[in-house]
Amino acid sequence: MSGLANPLEIAGEVSRFGLGAVTDLFRRPFEGDQILRQLAEVGSKSLPLVVASGFALGAVLTLHTRSTLVTFGATAWIPTVQALAFFLEIGPLVTGLLVAGRVGSGIGAVLSNMRATEQIDALESLSIDSFKFLVVPRVVACTLALPLLTLFLDFSGLLGGFLSEYATSRLSFQLYIYQSFSSFQWSNFYPPTLKTAVFGFTIGTVSSFLGYTTNEGAQGVGRAATRSVVISSLLIILLDVLLIKFIFFIFPETAL
Amino acid sequence: MTDGAATAVAFDQVSKSFGGKPVLRDVTFDVRPSEALCILGRSGTGKSVTLKLIISLLKPDRGKIWIEQDEITRLGTEELSRVRRKMGFLFQDAALFDSLTLYENLALPLMRLTGKSPEEADFLVDRVLRQVRLDCDKRKMPSELSGGMRKRAGLARALVLEPRILLADEPSSGLDRITASEIDELLLIQKAERKTALIIVTHDVRGARRVGDRIAILDQGKLVAYGTFAEVEQSQNEVARKLVAE
Repeated sequence: MSGLANPLEIAGEVSRFGLGAVTDLFRRPFEGDQILRQLAEVGSKSLPLVVASGFALGAVLTLHTRSTLVTFGATAWIPTVQALAFFLEIGPLVTGLLVAGRVGSGIGAVLSNMRATEQIDALESLSIDSFKFLVVPRVVACTLALPLLTLFLDFSGLLGGFLSEYATSRLSFQLYIYQSFSSFQWSNFYPPTLKTAVFGFTIGTVSSFLGYTTNEGAQGVGRAATRSVVISSLLIILLDVLLIKFIFFIFPETAL
Repeated sequence: MTDGAATAVAFDQVSKSFGGKPVLRDVTFDVRPSEALCILGRSGTGKSVTLKLIISLLKPDRGKIWIEQDEITRLGTEELSRVRRKMGFLFQDAALFDSLTLYENLALPLMRLTGKSPEEADFLVDRVLRQVRLDCDKRKMPSELSGGMRKRAGLARALVLEPRILLADEPSSGLDRITASEIDELLLIQKAERKTALIIVTHDVRGARRVGDRIAILDQGKLVAYGTFAEVEQSQNEVARKLVAE
């Protein structure tokens, strides 16, 4: 039991930390400037990585799918399979993991460095609520940016898939798009996309917690960055499984 | 011990420990407005902890701390924020916000806490930066500043809200003697012209003699000597006598 006490205690502290970020969001001052600054940091600066990854994954997935479907004479299904794979699972999960790697480590390192160099103490000494100023904008930015980045990854994946397919079969873009979405419903689209807001909240909360609460000095900076990536990634994978069950329960028609 | 009326800062039997290890034990002293108290002592004797207790970054285990009329150990967040605005803190390594320019470092507390317009903030930031001779460097990032410039920038940020009490943690550490003298000079100007109470933690005995009206010697968490330099030089405590003998 004692072995479980510490992880449970930490889980409780992280949950309280995340809840604090949500409640502080609605308390003045609203930190609009900081939220926009962090949205640019999390969103725009992650965009090239997300789009490039989506494009490459789309192209590679189409090549693999084609070699299998050609056996059954079902190559016409390639756009449909591609769209379903990206919108239902690959897009949300890969975006979550990419952002956990790029942004989670950054948040962990920046905040733990600020703690080690007394910048957080300096904020408090100036009567500025450091939690509200540093943590809330990062959690909000991650939560808002993830669904948008997921859409970019989904569509860049489709584009990569189309170009790969076009190179082989000269399929027109209009037909590719028509076939991609022919058996698609809204319920296939928005629950998986919106679940990435939960991934974003998790990345923002866990990384901020590990950076903000560290007390290991300069050595803690690297450790906080590594832990942020590892724990955020593991939680995203775990949450993905749980949220799929939840989505199937709320939207049974999505269970294809 | 005190009702706080005639003092800027007063400690009354303050104790603090970390993980069961006592760092400060029953420390009592006071600092009057426009007076400079220098706290000296060997490393790890609780000098920086004393400053952090004054600005309420840490809470004492026992005892009372007065900032003017307010006994801060009992204050809530809002009231504490009001009391902190009376104080400025120069951190040992300046603790400048490294994602902001020098100008933004100073403008941030002004804009957030005083509701000044950007024009008023500009004027006040320029004035303080001129005092510390960094007005030509305000667009620079902290990483572009030298050690002495960072220290002066940290001092400028501590002064921008015109505090009545200035806390300085090792203001001359890591600086050459000329730059250290410049920092001392700025502290003396602050005390003389603005009647600011100064509490300075330092290892620099020469600087302490120059700036301090009184000194306090901490050893193993206890205040072992307290008074003017002349008084401390006559102290019964050997550590105190050795520390000021330079």
